[in-house]
Amino acid sequence: MAMPVSETTHAPPAPRRSFLHENPSVLWFMACLGLFTLIVSVLSEGMGTGAISTSLVKILGMTLCLCLIAIAMDLVWGYCGILSLGHFAFFGLGGYAIGMWLMYARAEIVVRDNLAAGTIPPTETEVAEAVAAQIFGVVGSSELPLIWSFAGSLPFQLAMVVLVPGLLALVFGWLAFRSRVTGVYLSILTQAMTLALSLYLFQNDTGLRGNNGLAGLQNIPGFLDVPQSVLSVWFFWASAAALGAGYLFFAWVVSGKFGSVIRAIRDNETRVRFLGYNVEGYKLFVFTLTAVISGIAGALYYPQAGIINPAEIAPIASIYLAVWVAIGGRGRLYGAVIGAAAVSLLSSWLTGGGAPNIDLGFYRIVWTDWWLVLLGLGFVLVTLFFPRGIGGLFDYLVRKKP
Amino acid sequence: MQRFIHIATLLACLALPAVMSAQPALAQSDTPLQNVLQTVRERVANPSRGTVPEVLDALLAAEAPGTVDFLRAWAERGVYERQGDGLFFFAREEADRSLTLLDIDRGTEAGQVGSRDVNQIRPNAGVRREIGAALVQFELTDPDPARRRAALESAARSPDPDQIPALEIAIEAESDPALAARMARLHSLLIARFETDTAIRVAAIENLSGDISTEARRVLNQLLATRAGFAETLPEDTNIARIRTPGQDIELAAAYAQLSDAGLAPPRPGRNAIRDALRANVVNGSVGGIQVHQLDTDAARREAYRALEDAGTVPPLPSQAEMEAAVATHVFFDAYLEPDRAVTNAARDALDSTRTVISAWQFLGITLDALSLASIFFLAAIGLAITFGVMRVINMAHGEFIMMGAYTGYVVQTLIPSYTLSLVVALPLAFAVAFAAGVTMERLVIRHLYTRPLETLLATFGISIALQQLAKNIFGTQARPLTAPDWLAGAIRFNDIVSISTIRVAIFVMALMFLLLLLYILNRTRLGLEVRAVTQNPGMAASMGINPGRINMLTFGLGSGIAGVAGVAIGLYAQVTSEMGANYIVQSFMTVVVGGVGSVFGTLAGAGLIGALQKGIEWFNPANTLAAQTYMVLFIILFIQFRPKGIVALKGRAAGD
Repeated sequence: MAMPVSETTHAPPAPRRSFLHENPSVLWFMACLGLFTLIVSVLSEGMGTGAISTSLVKILGMTLCLCLIAIAMDLVWGYCGILSLGHFAFFGLGGYAIGMWLMYARAEIVVRDNLAAGTIPPTETEVAEAVAAQIFGVVGSSELPLIWSFAGSLPFQLAMVVLVPGLLALVFGWLAFRSRVTGVYLSILTQAMTLALSLYLFQNDTGLRGNNGLAGLQNIPGFLDVPQSVLSVWFFWASAAALGAGYLFFAWVVSGKFGSVIRAIRDNETRVRFLGYNVEGYKLFVFTLTAVISGIAGALYYPQAGIINPAEIAPIASIYLAVWVAIGGRGRLYGAVIGAAAVSLLSSWLTGGGAPNIDLGFYRIVWTDWWLVLLGLGFVLVTLFFPRGIGGLFDYLVRKKP
Repeated sequence: MQRFIHIATLLACLALPAVMSAQPALAQSDTPLQNVLQTVRERVANPSRGTVPEVLDALLAAEAPGTVDFLRAWAERGVYERQGDGLFFFAREEADRSLTLLDIDRGTEAGQVGSRDVNQIRPNAGVRREIGAALVQFELTDPDPARRRAALESAARSPDPDQIPALEIAIEAESDPALAARMARLHSLLIARFETDTAIRVAAIENLSGDISTEARRVLNQLLATRAGFAETLPEDTNIARIRTPGQDIELAAAYAQLSDAGLAPPRPGRNAIRDALRANVVNGSVGGIQVHQLDTDAARREAYRALEDAGTVPPLPSQAEMEAAVATHVFFDAYLEPDRAVTNAARDALDSTRTVISAWQFLGITLDALSLASIFFLAAIGLAITFGVMRVINMAHGEFIMMGAYTGYVVQTLIPSYTLSLVVALPLAFAVAFAAGVTMERLVIRHLYTRPLETLLATFGISIALQQLAKNIFGTQARPLTAPDWLAGAIRFNDIVSISTIRVAIFVMALMFLLLLLYILNRTRLGLEVRAVTQNPGMAASMGINPGRINMLTFGLGSGIAGVAGVAIGLYAQVTSEMGANYIVQSFMTVVVGGVGSVFGTLAGAGLIGALQKGIEWFNPANTLAAQTYMVLFIILFIQFRPKGIVALKGRAAGD
């Protein structure tokens, strides 16, 4: 601060400081996440005192998954300036990929139990047919669609969790970025993509059970004896670990030279291109990477939610994602986490009937009715007056201490 | 046949006086019907198929008024005979299960009786059919054309050979040419179906060629109905439609199954049958020498079955060669149910002759559908074309302005009972409401975000969800009807294939009017000039004395107001819900983007393309509207790759790059 100017110019380059030292927020975040995980585990029904019910543990675990997709959204929007209104499509695809295995493997266990009661052991074809009838009876079909050919294999479906969103993002992003679709056009295009996908999945004959979606995902094959209270804590840990790893990874990505380039693309794309950077390549990488992370978040989310259907992928979900990130504060990863956690927890508290209704005498405010009005208007206010979001408040805290 | 002749003479006598003069027959006394019924009292009270004609003859001769009503009541067990004097009455059942008798001629009350004091006359099914047939004849020659038409429609719904002679007489007597033509066609259809003389029948079928009405095609298709069959040699006396070669037109297994079903070949057990046979023959934990736990593949099961086969415990499994041999000794074919080859040939020719005409009409129908869909898209998107296209403001709440307009229409309709008047009031009011909302939003929110387009998107989205929830809180979640006035409620029918509802035509006209109005405002008025100036260069426009703030506000208000009017139009044909706007928003944006931002004609082209595309895809896959929408969105994504600026791309400074 008080250094003389001459010293600065002659000073040797500052020794490279460690990543964590440069990003103290990462440590803080990890500490908070660890503490939160510990507290929830200790208070949970399955592992600890039981002060937190299983359904609340599930909600908290799901919220962590939403935080993970929110930081992915923050990377693509807050850091790289691509307002994608389609990231929930990748989230849903990840959920569908893991849901296929969960449903198939569980149906297979049930079917094998049933068929084993007969005198003669079933053939593989018989098992497959019975599984297909079990899964697809609801849409009036008994044939296993082609995309379910490897649904019985966990490694394959886990690969799909990453590959399907990744490939879709790669192809879509390549098409969009190479023809220099930017700004609001890109937003509308991504919205069209997620609309197309949800409309496609709504059809009964696409092999994913149409608007019934995949259900019963909370039962994990192989752990059917483990009670939900314990399973929920396991998934909570997995979600926390994924969020922590994702946060660390993204913080590392944006702290280096790569981070500088994508921030520069956000601020002035043309200038970066003139400097010789392959802007499309950077954007495509960020878009695809965040899509993959979104897929992973989805794969962790839906086993806790228990059910997935095409409505989850509808364009509105992705817009909410943008709302979370905007309220939390763009361009800072902890802002995205705060936004996603605060808004989604508040939403489930208010719409779940947990909040007391307020009686004004002449009118009774029922939160389930007024929450969305509040959210919408609050969001407008944040956009107008606090463009830096809730996370921006931390700037004041930090600035006080020189 | 005897009955036909009888009815024919009966009608010939009845129809002429009834239709030509329509004069009431002179009554000799107060109760002409009762009098004549009393002459055949026994026949009326205890009717049988053979005696009905006698009664009809008597009724006919008397020409008493109310004969038709009596016949209908008679068939429907509504006629009672009073014990004691044997007079006939209609009756009305009272709450205390007693009956109020009604005079059969005058309809006046004739005293109250218990149900034991009268005999209800209950004609059996045969008699009722007889009376019903006579009734059709009576009604077909009724003096009132509306009743004749109704009788004709009911006859067309339940075709019956009995109707042929009656129709012939009715056609003779018919004075209305349209009704006569309708009768003639029904006559042809009945002849084509029921006539026994081949030549007359073929002539009637040829008469139907070129007829694209649904009923004609249905009759022709009925004549061409087939059944599957097989025989050792092709039977001579059967009217063969086509021969199926096993392996090509019919699967070998299916052909063999037909044979085995008929008992002409040993049955071929399927997978399940094999399993059941094995299950039934488990001995000491093994079947045919193979351990049970090893029977989890098809190959092992077949081996075990073969072992059982050799032991003679199960019937042998026919091999592929045996199946082929069995099938080869038979011919498989589809035969027409109609044995007469001349008739089926004529029917096929008649159907073929209409095929081209029908596809042409269907194409026209699709085109009209597409046009109507395009005009709805256009209406929904045209407001956006102004706010997004001209001002570059992404307004996610545009759909909610549409909804606002629709709810305005609904509220007006609850206040003003006349549908026409309420529509006249609702249209400008919807514009005013949405205009006000748009101006408010522009002043309060959008004005501060002109330099941050992505944030405009988000802020207007916030407004959108707030407005949607607000509408839900006020009007509830259920759909509210917005009823069109009667003159808009019908449909314009070209023929059985193409028809379009009037409301869609009205929406089309409205879209056209908005297009012209908007073009006029943008190109011919002071406001339009200023709008274009502000769009191209706000700074320069401001220095020329234009107030950009005011222009932006007005432009935004105009776009929103049009959305409000569009809401009324859309509400008329779809229902008013709080989500109705959200359903259109993505498609509206795509319409604008595909068409080319900043151009009214572009929006028109975009709406046309999207409408045509959606209906076109639906044509190939009519059962699946969702698929059509999916492919349409995919197409749009690809389209933007190749024409990122849309169909009508602005060039030069107006492009704003």
